[in-house]
Amino acid sequence: MNKLVVFCEHHNQNLKRSSIELLQFGKSKNFHVIGIVLGSEGQKPAEQATANGASEVMFFNDVKLNGYNPELYLAALEAGIKQSDARHVLAPASSIGKDVFPRLAARMDSSLASDCVSLNIEDNAFVAKKPMYAGKCFAQVNLKDSPVQIVLMRANQLPVAAAGAANTGAIKTLPLPEVSLKTILMEVVKGASEKLDLTEANVIVSGGRGLKEAGNFKMLEEMANVLGATVGASRAVVDSGWVGHSMQVGQTGKTVAPTLYIAVGISGAIQHLAGMTGSKVIVAINNDPNAPIFQKATYGIVGDLFEVVPKLTEEFKKLLHK
Amino acid sequence: MKIFVGIKQVPDTETKIKLLPNAAGVDLTGVKWVVNPYDEFAIEEAVKIKEKNPGTQVFAITLGPKQRASEVLRTALAMGCDEGVVVNTNTDLDNLGVAKALAAAIKAEGGCDLLLLGKLAIDDNGSSVGPMVAELLGAPHVSVVSKLELSGTTAKAERDIEGGAKEVFQVPLPCVLTANKGLNMPRYASLPGIMKAKKKVLKEYEAEALGVAAGSAKSKFTSFAMPDDKTAVKMITGDAGAQAQELARLLRDEAKVL
Repeated sequence: MNKLVVFCEHHNQNLKRSSIELLQFGKSKNFHVIGIVLGSEGQKPAEQATANGASEVMFFNDVKLNGYNPELYLAALEAGIKQSDARHVLAPASSIGKDVFPRLAARMDSSLASDCVSLNIEDNAFVAKKPMYAGKCFAQVNLKDSPVQIVLMRANQLPVAAAGAANTGAIKTLPLPEVSLKTILMEVVKGASEKLDLTEANVIVSGGRGLKEAGNFKMLEEMANVLGATVGASRAVVDSGWVGHSMQVGQTGKTVAPTLYIAVGISGAIQHLAGMTGSKVIVAINNDPNAPIFQKATYGIVGDLFEVVPKLTEEFKKLLHK
Repeated sequence: MKIFVGIKQVPDTETKIKLLPNAAGVDLTGVKWVVNPYDEFAIEEAVKIKEKNPGTQVFAITLGPKQRASEVLRTALAMGCDEGVVVNTNTDLDNLGVAKALAAAIKAEGGCDLLLLGKLAIDDNGSSVGPMVAELLGAPHVSVVSKLELSGTTAKAERDIEGGAKEVFQVPLPCVLTANKGLNMPRYASLPGIMKAKKKVLKEYEAEALGVAAGSAKSKFTSFAMPDDKTAVKMITGDAGAQAQELARLLRDEAKVL
């Protein structure tokens, strides 16, 4: 049985969905799945990992790993992967995953495929599909010639089944290797929103220039609150300073693939379309019937968004009994 | 201080992507090549540091087919970089190969105090080369940086993470930083800048001579595909109230996403 290491990210003592997807994927492909959990708050996530397909968990139970430090994370992950002797590694394409795994790959003279949206195994090799040009096309990446094959998967791309029973006996606590640190994490500044990041969100309500001014984003926030959605934006409004860059969807912002994407007052520049066409269902609300966004939409409404959006929020409230 | 800026040549973001007939690659004929948009933030930051710290030298480095690479480097020189370094290759290297070639060329140039790159390239959406070069140079790195303060031999860098939150790191120089939008507003090349750029030195290396052989890629792009065609859009008519009601119904009953 081939070994597979899965980096288990957790938040508020809960294993993230992105890691659960990877653990269950590994198990479904008959790998011997080894989870790596970092930080002194990892006991419960480690148990959740065993309940979601990990046959073993390497738990680096050290308070120094509670905040992200690339050098410490690198040291723990390298130690874990070497000890496991696995040649296959999966991690979420998160801000940590995309920061530490390229460095780890270089240390192991290996390559990696980042931001992947689907994954197959062919002759023991990872073959991953990833968006290029923010989603204008897709490429298959084959990692068979890489000594360690590392794939970073986007969240919400793989199915998740109900968890089984936890097996605390499979959790092994390991010491963090000694590192002479150069990097110091001084502070973590919280974002304005406690909502899921655009790249992890299942529902996104996005606004463009049609909203006319920054204050009108409040309408979208109200709808997002009803739907449990995250609010996004087009480049035009980010460049106008209405909202922060962390909210930008598109080729020079975030590439997103939620189940439902509601585009409000966004005409659909090619760079924006590239960033969101991976969405399962797309709703476009715009007063211009010729807006390019309608070519990518599942459902379209031509109308005045200032009339449609509040009414739609009311309908969602009714349907969701809020 | 000596700064290197890593630059990638990418198709302009307006480019409509077409595949080659055998889907083994993207048809790049007639493409307009530009500086990767995130690398512009790296260039701007380097030039700003130079303006504040007299005696600083800024080298722009890129890897690719010589002519295309040189043309894109001229843009960086016109923005204020002092010299250009082209690593010539006509083959597709993977992220590790690119990182090895860049690290080797920077070492051959005597190393640097600071290497700035864009946080990702908008063509392959990789975001890997920055941290990889840092590892190969044995330098600490901070990626996705939207604010930077240098004092003496220390850099304080703010890194954008999920949900608009930020991590603030302190690292000693030499270090590697990858730039996010928000770090600064890249300047346009001025006419005198463009004229001066024509006279600036462009140095050349061959990727093979730096130890990165053709065909050494450990990850390979084997085939390409266009996004699945969406079924035609269903337009919802009526007044705003009727449209809202019908859309909510369709999302629940037909699309089953509510």
